Amino acid sequence: MPNPYIANTEADQRAMLKAVGARSLDDLFADIPKAQRDPPLNLPPPLSEPELLTELSSLAARSQAAGLMASAGGGLACFLGGGAYHHFIPSVVGQILSRGEFLTSYTPYQPEVSQGTLQTAFEFQSLVCELMGMEVANAGMYDGASALAEACLMAAAITGRRHRVAVLETVHPHYEAVVRTYAAGRGLAVEQVAAERPRVTEEHACLVVQQPDFFGYLEDVEALGQAAHAAGALYVAVAEPVSSGLLRPPGEYGADIAVGEGQPLGIPLSFGGPYLGLFACRQEYVRQMPGRIVGRTRDAEGRTGYVLTLQTREQHIRRERATSNICTSEQLVALAATVYLCAMGKQGLRRVAELCYHKAHYAAERIAGLPGYSLPLEGHFFNEFVVGCPRPVAELNQALLEEGILGGLDISPGTGAGLRPGLRGLREPPEHAMLLCVTEMNTREEIDRLVEGLAS
Amino acid sequence: MSEQAKVNPTNADPGATLSFDLSRPGRIACALPELDVPAAPLPPEPLVRRELRLPELSQPDLVRYFTRLSQRNYGVDTTFYPLGSCTMKYNPRVHEEIVRLPGFAGVHPHQRETAQGALALMFDLQRFLAEITGMDAVSLAPAAGAHGELTGILMARAYHQHWGDSQRQRVLVPDTAHGTNPATAAMCGYEVVSVASCTDGNMDLDALAAALDDSVAALMLTMPNTLGLFDPQIPRIAEMVHRAGALLYGDGANLNALLGRVKLGDLGFDVVHMNLHKTFSTPHGGGGPGSGPIAVKEALAPFLPTPIVRREAGEGGYVLAAPERSIGRVGLFHGNFGVMVRAYAYIRTLGADGLREVSDNAVLNANYVRARLRDAYRLPYDRRCMHEVVFSGSSQKAKGVKTLDIAKRLIDYGFHPPTIYFPLMVDEAMLIEPTETESKETLDAFCDAMLAIAREVEEEPEVVRSAPQRAPVRRLDEATAARQPVLRWRPAEERKP
Repeated sequence: MPNPYIANTEADQRAMLKAVGARSLDDLFADIPKAQRDPPLNLPPPLSEPELLTELSSLAARSQAAGLMASAGGGLACFLGGGAYHHFIPSVVGQILSRGEFLTSYTPYQPEVSQGTLQTAFEFQSLVCELMGMEVANAGMYDGASALAEACLMAAAITGRRHRVAVLETVHPHYEAVVRTYAAGRGLAVEQVAAERPRVTEEHACLVVQQPDFFGYLEDVEALGQAAHAAGALYVAVAEPVSSGLLRPPGEYGADIAVGEGQPLGIPLSFGGPYLGLFACRQEYVRQMPGRIVGRTRDAEGRTGYVLTLQTREQHIRRERATSNICTSEQLVALAATVYLCAMGKQGLRRVAELCYHKAHYAAERIAGLPGYSLPLEGHFFNEFVVGCPRPVAELNQALLEEGILGGLDISPGTGAGLRPGLRGLREPPEHAMLLCVTEMNTREEIDRLVEGLAS
Repeated sequence: MSEQAKVNPTNADPGATLSFDLSRPGRIACALPELDVPAAPLPPEPLVRRELRLPELSQPDLVRYFTRLSQRNYGVDTTFYPLGSCTMKYNPRVHEEIVRLPGFAGVHPHQRETAQGALALMFDLQRFLAEITGMDAVSLAPAAGAHGELTGILMARAYHQHWGDSQRQRVLVPDTAHGTNPATAAMCGYEVVSVASCTDGNMDLDALAAALDDSVAALMLTMPNTLGLFDPQIPRIAEMVHRAGALLYGDGANLNALLGRVKLGDLGFDVVHMNLHKTFSTPHGGGGPGSGPIAVKEALAPFLPTPIVRREAGEGGYVLAAPERSIGRVGLFHGNFGVMVRAYAYIRTLGADGLREVSDNAVLNANYVRARLRDAYRLPYDRRCMHEVVFSGSSQKAKGVKTLDIAKRLIDYGFHPPTIYFPLMVDEAMLIEPTETESKETLDAFCDAMLAIAREVEEEPEVVRSAPQRAPVRRLDEATAARQPVLRWRPAEERKP
């Protein structure tokens, strides 16, 4: 069968080869050394479109998805969080994203025919500024963790000779891991510091906090910011965007750079990506910021238009002196977040945040009342919380799965991201612990089933 | 004012109105559920947000606003988009349907036993990409090409350190390289050394020999290079780099020229990244999401980023694993899975022969454009090209019309301009990459437009210099945008006069 994505027929090819002055297609590859040319390629045989759909549908069916209508048998009731969250995605988001003009364009180097991409990126920057309470934002990074890593490199560049980065011990372990990977390239040392007495010195470029923290609880973000600034370090906050509908934003508690994972804003779980890094900072640091930035300007007839701007920060102009090597990022995902925030608006985001908060507290209270269960951490939480369990988490989750429930993340002491003594004032961590997450997607009926499942 | 603006004065300046300006208190575009549990006390007042200034739109207003914005964009779906080095090929629609299947879109990244389908897909994609590039091991973790470069050079650094070779502080980059190459090397703490090319577009081996010593960690090379040329000296280059104890890094941005025709691993590359959004036809989305898998030879496999997918013996199924001496995590989870699904579907649809047809037709199309335009525009490297061809607008510039003007005039003819002013060493460069998915008729129409513009340069240059006339906006004032940056919406009362 002819290839559906290639138009050239044999007659076309003959005519074109003639125009080119080549005898055959093989002729065109004569520069490739003969010894290495035309190797065997061992791949599965081609599939027709119906065969492809059948094959991939059956592959997809080998995973169990978090469901929209979990109680009606349409997937698992999801209580799993830990950095990726199951939220409602309004239909308008997917519909707008499937417009071919957005989907199949690229980096808007030619602004006259890219106003759609550019204006939505300007919207996105504006929305991130409003959400974070910050002065400027870029057009998006790969994900929250790489955005944080770039924020730490940026803090080191701004503060000069400081070669240490302090990361609060309650920051998501994957975020800290990515900071370590990036820091290795620049020779920066990454140190974990305790929330109670964060040791920040004049050797530290920045202090990193996460609000809510990895365990779902609220940090004393104001005091931590003062500790960072007292040492002359920058204050870098990782903020969860849906919680920003209810909680004070980073700009109001002194953050110099605010980053976050944009996935909760209308982006599917999709096994971890593509997601979206949110990145905002103080106006004075805008020229040290990584990534694309869109600015507003006028055309030759005085009409409003948008362009990529401050490009002398970027790799295609500045090469080895660029603020970052980032090029292609997550533009379409940023568009999803833009449409989501416009669809929710002022009332909707607050409503989603409150639904998450109240439902999580309802679940926590009911679980805390079960024999053998406890809430070992003190303090306020948003929509994730830690539960001490009477049995191994893997066992509990297996039992929950049989009831159609996706249980929480295992954070028992000794696991990679586990609880440890001293964490948030914890004296004796429970032997088994689970990080549970509740969102607006979880109905009361689902929460009650979760509680029953844990009890039995 | 344009004709349309005269007819409809309310639409005179659509760019001036953002969602925030359309906002009216009390509107919303999505109906949300009521609270079905007892309300808990809110956190103490100092922790709670006082104001949230987000736009308030009805659903019809929202859909119309964004749909109209989309119409102010060119995309591959609407227009020939020959952006060099970007591989703007057609993106199959069936992939968009597949990626929305609940078993792909709805799987949480912390799932394992219940995510075996997703992990199986990643495992197979790792194998396919290793086979296509002729490498031994693959990680899918990097989120884009430049992210793959960062990963690869951090691996080179870890590799040299592991073998006690930490005196290697320099990375060689040809003068043809993408800007991401030197930017990446600098991010990894390396000194960047540029290596010159010869007048035939190949690497200057004398310059390479002079630059190579035991202080060099790697040579970063794009193959074919960014001039669209395959450097036949590549086995010799690999040998020289390896003899100096350095690694040969391959920037896979131009892999669309080579599928089934040659494997980068066979040519001596030690580390390569791919751009799934280029070669494997996943939509570019206005600038991402991409995916930048990294493929390496056996000796570098232990340094791959975390995680990689492994198949356990027996009934263990697929697991995510950290390689023995991994450089660590480069992203929050396991990479851009949604992009991987599309690339996997593309490879399964085409198979080995289909992939080879991709490169054959991509190279044929570029050479056809080269043949048709060679009398009108200067060819700085007059030899057969691979998947893209670089022209110079230098003779037009001598007549007072810049390459930028030619690019803008193409918009009036209904085409997206090619990449311009890159590669840097070509004066007034125009880098044209047609891709395999364009028909001869489209290429002919594009070439006819380019030839017409060449005539306009002779006969009525002002038409070219004042282009575009038929775009949503005229040329934009980029200088003022950079000098007095306006980077976000502000309410009227906060705007500077």
